[in-house]
Amino acid sequence: MQDSNSVGIVTPQYVHIDKTLKLKSGSVLTSYNLVYETYGTLNADRSNALLICHALSGNHHVAGVYADKPKSTGWWDNMVGPGKPIDTNKFFVIGVNNLGGCHGSTGPASIDARTGKHYGANFPIVTVEDWVETQAQLAEHLGIQQFAAVIGGSLGGMQALQWTLDYPDKVRHGLVIAAAAKLTAQNIAFNDVARQAILTDQDFYGGDYYSYNTLPRRGLRLARMLGHITYLSDHSMATKFGRDLRDGKFSFGYDVEFEIESYLRYQGDKFTDLFDANSYLLMTKALDYFDPANAYDGDLNAAFKAVKASFLVLSFTTDWRFSPERSRDIVKALLNNNINVSYGEITSAHGHDSFLMNDAYYHQLVQAYMNNIEV
Amino acid sequence: MNTTTPITPPLRPDFAAIAKWIKPGAKILDLGCGDGALLRYLHQERHVFGYGVEIDDENVLGCLRNGINVIQNDLESGLSSFASDSFDYVILSQTLQAMKHTAEIIREMLRVGREGIVSFPNFGYWKNRVQVIRGHMPVSESLPYHWYDTPNIHLCTLGDFEALCNQCNAIILERRVMNKDHQIELLPNLMGKLAFYRFKRK
Repeated sequence: MQDSNSVGIVTPQYVHIDKTLKLKSGSVLTSYNLVYETYGTLNADRSNALLICHALSGNHHVAGVYADKPKSTGWWDNMVGPGKPIDTNKFFVIGVNNLGGCHGSTGPASIDARTGKHYGANFPIVTVEDWVETQAQLAEHLGIQQFAAVIGGSLGGMQALQWTLDYPDKVRHGLVIAAAAKLTAQNIAFNDVARQAILTDQDFYGGDYYSYNTLPRRGLRLARMLGHITYLSDHSMATKFGRDLRDGKFSFGYDVEFEIESYLRYQGDKFTDLFDANSYLLMTKALDYFDPANAYDGDLNAAFKAVKASFLVLSFTTDWRFSPERSRDIVKALLNNNINVSYGEITSAHGHDSFLMNDAYYHQLVQAYMNNIEV
Repeated sequence: MNTTTPITPPLRPDFAAIAKWIKPGAKILDLGCGDGALLRYLHQERHVFGYGVEIDDENVLGCLRNGINVIQNDLESGLSSFASDSFDYVILSQTLQAMKHTAEIIREMLRVGREGIVSFPNFGYWKNRVQVIRGHMPVSESLPYHWYDTPNIHLCTLGDFEALCNQCNAIILERRVMNKDHQIELLPNLMGKLAFYRFKRK
């Protein structure tokens, strides 16, 4: 299907950052690579740049397609493009693969120049703050002093929020979608079960599976299946799959019978070809550790004192992994600091995944907000 | 689709009446703010900073298009997102009569704002009374609905509202009663179509 509002053919770019990065954990990376894509044109004032931060399993390929892969549409192509809510005719849009990822930026599957081997278990744990720091290095490389906006959903929303805390003068607007100022115990619990699936896979080899020419497929598959359940709503699963059986009758065995089983297994299998288990572990840890209020005795109002950006915060009614209540916590702390903020609670049947879907009201809200950003 | 109505200030005498009470630069919370027209007007006229609260999707979208801060929230569930004493004025413009939790919202306004401003259609207006005497529920310019399709479930007169304020421990600071763009001084509960009150905590 030809989309006339697509950014079209895109090409990833690489930057080698040769500057020591001191991570929150205390570990140090002396240099690293970041892969990124850009869409639109940076204006003469360099005032129209915006950064899109990705979620758990996302990457730098936000929009458009690769010339050699016609089905390789970017993960937020419905949102980003000419005339779309994040309009590439107006903005210069940057997507970046986070450090520790597995799509081109330095991560556990990369070769450590010092040893000539995969980093594997030696790759340090990275946090949302660390990502913001690397993204700031990318901005510097691109000659961008200030972002018109930093935008993200879920874990990406956490990065957008962190940007406004760490660099209050370098971001004018934060769009924080289906996110939270910290995970709940229940949310951390889901992440831990996902990690345990990977960590206890016999093919994990303590994270050094690359050296054994194998992958912890079973663990990653289970982790993804579990994650997927939590990204959907009860209602959307019931509507999409119900209790439908693949063969129309019970087979009284443990093979795939229900359509939902088929779907989850397919999603799990597909994911093991696309994602690195160590990166998955890292990303879930970054989620768990995120808690900007922690340094302020749990006081989110105090944590937001330095914020200068204006905000659009959005949540989805059936999102139980990052519930509207968590977004309201963010809004409340912004209100308490007299920050310009708008909050939309979008009625959607699709759970956490709603933030990636085509929903007229959702897209109109983003479009209306983006239209009023001065560049 | 165009959900926003451009405001020409003289078009809305009720906006002008509210604006007169607002100190320049004040911090405002506008409950049931529609597409943000009042806040936009107050921003132009009084340089206020503020937020609107709206439940309706189209109105929230209208606010964003108008560049107005808006929080999508159901007023019936209270104002728990807003800290006590955090606004100079909390405004409830022609919304009170459509709310279920009438006393609760007045109490919440008193908690969140240093002053509250409420406007509502006066049910005691003589034309309404005439229609009731003739045996019908009033339908008029300020009450344009029929009894069976009206969102206005809690209509009141000036006297009724003043009694509620007393019950909610509010002191009335100022009252303004309007009929179109005229201010009514004589027999306000009979002659006034629209009532405005400014009040604070006792």
